[in-house]
Amino acid sequence: MRRTVIRRILWGLLTLWVASLLVFAATLALPGDPATAILGREATPERLAAVRENLHLDQSALSQYLHWLGGVLTLDPGDSIVAQKPVTDVLSDRLVNSLWLTLVAGLVSIPLAIGLGVLMAVRRDGLTDHGLSTGTLVLAALPPFVIGIGTVVLFSTEVFNWFPAVSLVPPGTSVWDSPDVLVLPALTLCLVVVPYVSRVMRGSMVEVLESDYVTMARLKGLSERRIIWRHAVPNAIAPAIQAVALALAYMAGGIVVIEFVFSYPGIGTALVDGVRNRDMPVVQFVVMLIAALYVLLNLAADLATILVTPKLRTR
Amino acid sequence: MTAVTATEILEVGVDRRPGLAVVRRALVSPRGIIGLTIVGALVAIAIFGPVVSPHSPTEFVGAPNSQPSAGYPLGTDQLGRDVLSRFLHGGWSVIWLAAVSTAVGIAVGTSIGLVSAYMRNWADEGLMRLMDVLLAFPPIVLALLAVSAIGPKLWLLVLVVMVCNVPYTARLIRTAAQEVIERDFIKAAEAAGERPLRIMFTEVLPNVTGPVMVETGLRMTYSIAIIASMSFLGFGIQPPNADWGLMINENRLSLVVMPWGVVAPAIAIGLLTVGFNLVTDAIARASAGIGR
Repeated sequence: MRRTVIRRILWGLLTLWVASLLVFAATLALPGDPATAILGREATPERLAAVRENLHLDQSALSQYLHWLGGVLTLDPGDSIVAQKPVTDVLSDRLVNSLWLTLVAGLVSIPLAIGLGVLMAVRRDGLTDHGLSTGTLVLAALPPFVIGIGTVVLFSTEVFNWFPAVSLVPPGTSVWDSPDVLVLPALTLCLVVVPYVSRVMRGSMVEVLESDYVTMARLKGLSERRIIWRHAVPNAIAPAIQAVALALAYMAGGIVVIEFVFSYPGIGTALVDGVRNRDMPVVQFVVMLIAALYVLLNLAADLATILVTPKLRTR
Repeated sequence: MTAVTATEILEVGVDRRPGLAVVRRALVSPRGIIGLTIVGALVAIAIFGPVVSPHSPTEFVGAPNSQPSAGYPLGTDQLGRDVLSRFLHGGWSVIWLAAVSTAVGIAVGTSIGLVSAYMRNWADEGLMRLMDVLLAFPPIVLALLAVSAIGPKLWLLVLVVMVCNVPYTARLIRTAAQEVIERDFIKAAEAAGERPLRIMFTEVLPNVTGPVMVETGLRMTYSIAIIASMSFLGFGIQPPNADWGLMINENRLSLVVMPWGVVAPAIAIGLLTVGFNLVTDAIARASAGIGR
């Protein structure tokens, strides 16, 4: 088991390293003179020189890459071209905001999704199951920004005017100073994640409920509640853990668009603004951050699967 | 119907479910019918919309954000253009961009999956690790990275979405093909001295048509979502062109005053993805033999 774990971790690191090459390649792909491409034609010579120095553009590609990678690893990836201050200063508050959003959405959606999955499996082929299955199938297909727009139309304009459509968080304040800005973005994230996880949980639970030992438990006369929660769910949860980790990873991508819908001041809007302004240091750092999170969550999913699956655990 | 049933029994007998029978069965299931109707209606709007559109999509016809009236049934947008005309012109771009990225992505991904499954050696390992690297980025993030360097170009968008489709397809087809490759008729073909490429594409591929079709539907759904999202973020179709995703971006600030500019394209994109997903689900059920 230890060898499997170490191998997975090494693969994760290798994946991240290759990903870093891809992210860095964006600088090389800038058309023409990179500094001019970033700043536009009207840039002053001083600004051009500053950007060249910031990105080490006067050096070889390898040296540029090493400078950039070193900066990312030491969490000091240089200055934002627009804000003209360290990227980490620009992003730190936003990262906290994004983490709160993901955390709130995760804490609500994951237990809810697992509960719904169990409910669908227990009521299999009944009205509840059909209703929820169709509902989750429809929601799962919708692009996150369409769901976001839907919640805005429903809860902040036309039908109910309950929550703000735009998440205004003045710099230096926490989202918890006015928690209502979190409601619609978090709701949207939940609506994106719940269908996926609950469908996986349903499938896995259906399989377990058909197994011999559940029949055995029934024959022993155990209560249905005990059978479901003590015997079936713990065995059905392994595939769901994988789904949860993938859903959290999916959130990392989903927040980019969802934050933009609500102008929520997180790393997602920072990325979109960065792309618009060709602020390469910000873009590349956020992309690396999301890739790291993605690889980490996939790794966690694999390790968790090993831990809850006896066959893999003892190998 | 009798003919269909007869062929079905025959096919099941040899454990082969060729595409046509599965598609036929999927399309008569309730989900298949509903999904296909939705997709058909929206594709029809996208194709024939420009023909019946009352105004030009870029012409300023009235005051900005005017309410719906006889001349402009959905009102005007934030620049005073007819929302209905922009809506009717705005569907085609996302559909064809998504179709191209899906088709090429499926072709490349299926080839990689087949080669990988058949090789079972370092090439397999290498290809799958490469796929893992691509899977380390959420598609929208990869698309944003590409646009930040090269700019909002349509060819780039198609290329990125295609690249994002490849790893999912390759992994799935590899798993499906691995099972087929274990069977005796592959060993027979190998013993008969058939060339590997020939075996992959004429012996293995026909036996994984089910997964390929399901994957095509799924990738189409996601491709539409990514391309519409990129246009919504302002990095896809560029103004003054009419596009559903772009319309939502342009009109979202006047949502309270004039909801149609946002609601109509949002519903259209939503229906399009839901329609494709219903068709996909119907095909998946039919190819698994649970078709209802």
